[in-house]
Amino acid sequence: MAQTGLSASRPVRRADSVAATVGRIALYVVLICLSAVTLIPFVWMLSSSLKLDREVFEFPIRWIPKVFHWENYSLIWTKAPMLMYFKNTAVVAISVTLIQTMTSSFAAYAFAKLEFRFRDTLFLCYIATIAVPWQAYMIPQFIEFRSIGLYDTLLAIMVLQAFSAFGVFLMRQFYRGIPTDLCEAARIDGLSEYGIWARIMLPLSKSAIATLVIFTFIGTWNDYMGPMIYLTSENVKTVQVGLRRFIQENSSDYHLIMAASMVSLIPVSVVFLTLQRYFIEGIATSGLKG
Amino acid sequence: MIQQAPVSSCRRPGGKLRRRRTLVALSFIAPNFIGFALFTLIPVIVAVFMSMTEWSGGSLGNMKWIGLQNYEKLFAVPQRYIDRLENPNFFSILGLFFERVDIGIALKNTVTFTVITVPLTMVFSVALALALNKAVRGAVAFRAIIFFPYVSSTVAICVCWNFMMMKNGPINQLLMLFGSSFNKTWTADSNMAIWAVIIVSVWKSMGYYMVIYLAALQGIPRELYEAATVDGANKWQQFTHVTLPQLSPTTFFVSVMLVIGCFKIYDTVALMTGGGPGRATKMLVTYTIDEFNASKYGSACAIAMVLLVLVLTVTVLQFRMEKKFSAD
Repeated sequence: MAQTGLSASRPVRRADSVAATVGRIALYVVLICLSAVTLIPFVWMLSSSLKLDREVFEFPIRWIPKVFHWENYSLIWTKAPMLMYFKNTAVVAISVTLIQTMTSSFAAYAFAKLEFRFRDTLFLCYIATIAVPWQAYMIPQFIEFRSIGLYDTLLAIMVLQAFSAFGVFLMRQFYRGIPTDLCEAARIDGLSEYGIWARIMLPLSKSAIATLVIFTFIGTWNDYMGPMIYLTSENVKTVQVGLRRFIQENSSDYHLIMAASMVSLIPVSVVFLTLQRYFIEGIATSGLKG
Repeated sequence: MIQQAPVSSCRRPGGKLRRRRTLVALSFIAPNFIGFALFTLIPVIVAVFMSMTEWSGGSLGNMKWIGLQNYEKLFAVPQRYIDRLENPNFFSILGLFFERVDIGIALKNTVTFTVITVPLTMVFSVALALALNKAVRGAVAFRAIIFFPYVSSTVAICVCWNFMMMKNGPINQLLMLFGSSFNKTWTADSNMAIWAVIIVSVWKSMGYYMVIYLAALQGIPRELYEAATVDGANKWQQFTHVTLPQLSPTTFFVSVMLVIGCFKIYDTVALMTGGGPGRATKMLVTYTIDEFNASKYGSACAIAMVLLVLVLTVTVLQFRMEKKFSAD
């Protein structure tokens, strides 16, 4: 019985391996097709950005332009103050990222490792507001900002993004995973709570901080609705609202719009490609942020 | 220096110590909490009250308390429409509500968008996660590519998709190769506009949820599959009896995030269709912003509250269901 079973299993195994090979090839075909579909808008954007405006909607479509019109990329800087948009956005994104990371990891330490009255109540307040969409309270917030003179300033966008409950939540979850014994030992050695935070918690939470930094930076860089509501003057516009204005003002210069869009993608692409490992691991472990 | 008082004397003599500890803890929280309270917590509370006022800007003294009138106005079906009905009953008036009344249209569009986008995104993200969970060469590159739309700016990709879906654009050209006769600008066609928004939304977010599913798949214990193989389960049975049930906590989480995200949709609609043509893609948040731009702040807040109630209902339902399922 055992022997026949063994000999009979051989051809089956070969058939299995053929099926497995076919399966693998199918898998790659599907993955390559889906990646191509995902990338097509970007390829089309790049291709159109190097064409003349009348060539963009040629029939049939030509993926590689006849002549590469690189001058489109120099033309856009003269049509709109793109450089200023970039500078404004960089100022906002970098300060928001700094404030957010510092204050959230600071607060998260207290929520994760210190005991005090009202801790859980306070934390519940934070958690509850994660579920409340910004759209639900943006109007009172807008009125509040306007009455303290923040309307139409970059400071408004910074304040808007810098104190989200999400950062505190993410850092707290991470800190809870760090053994409390470490803090106890440090306390016995005479470190103050601030010392424990700076010398023990911060160095141990590099990956969580990386995640928060990327989320915050990309979120702020790409934010459209906040700047749309708060910014009207040209000299404070961010890339997103600036690009939107560029599109409205040059609505039939398809090639230039695509070139400007292409340029607006560069900073986030650089950040994402260099730090994508942290980003993807961060989502996988924290699994939050919608 | 002894920091921790012995257990027996913890209560009274430790009072001073405890106060000190609380102060230290509060000093940690204060920098974030002050910002959070001023710019999030207070506005949330004020929003509830503001939805019951009438105010069109100017000095705060002009704000007038009107109770639930904003909500009544929002949900009322105008009498002139009801008069034209042949036999007005509950259902025909409800039909009018979703066809004629702004909030009804916004609710209908938002729910339609959600009901289509959520399952599509989930199917794509699970399928992609399953494919990438196999030992695939270049998995990191595939993952990064599929994830990329999620981090790219909405303004840039929306304008790009808009152009691609124009008359004679590449999408229509491609569809015509497959025998389609449709060659109109998607976002200007009242039937296709919502599909344009759906396609872009699914395309943008599937990579993000794929990563979440991928993490969940890697957390499924191998022994479960081995046990299933021993019991003679084929690949499909393994998928339906091991993989799917093991993924269900993640699916709960993902579905809630997706539903809430869909309810909040604004950017994509504002940038692609502007809520049009007509009111064909008017969403709840689009409507809020319209009222806000018309300086009807109280009414705008009332619409925002409708959104808030929807979102909170979904969140509470999710927690209930999760509890029930995990208890089983």
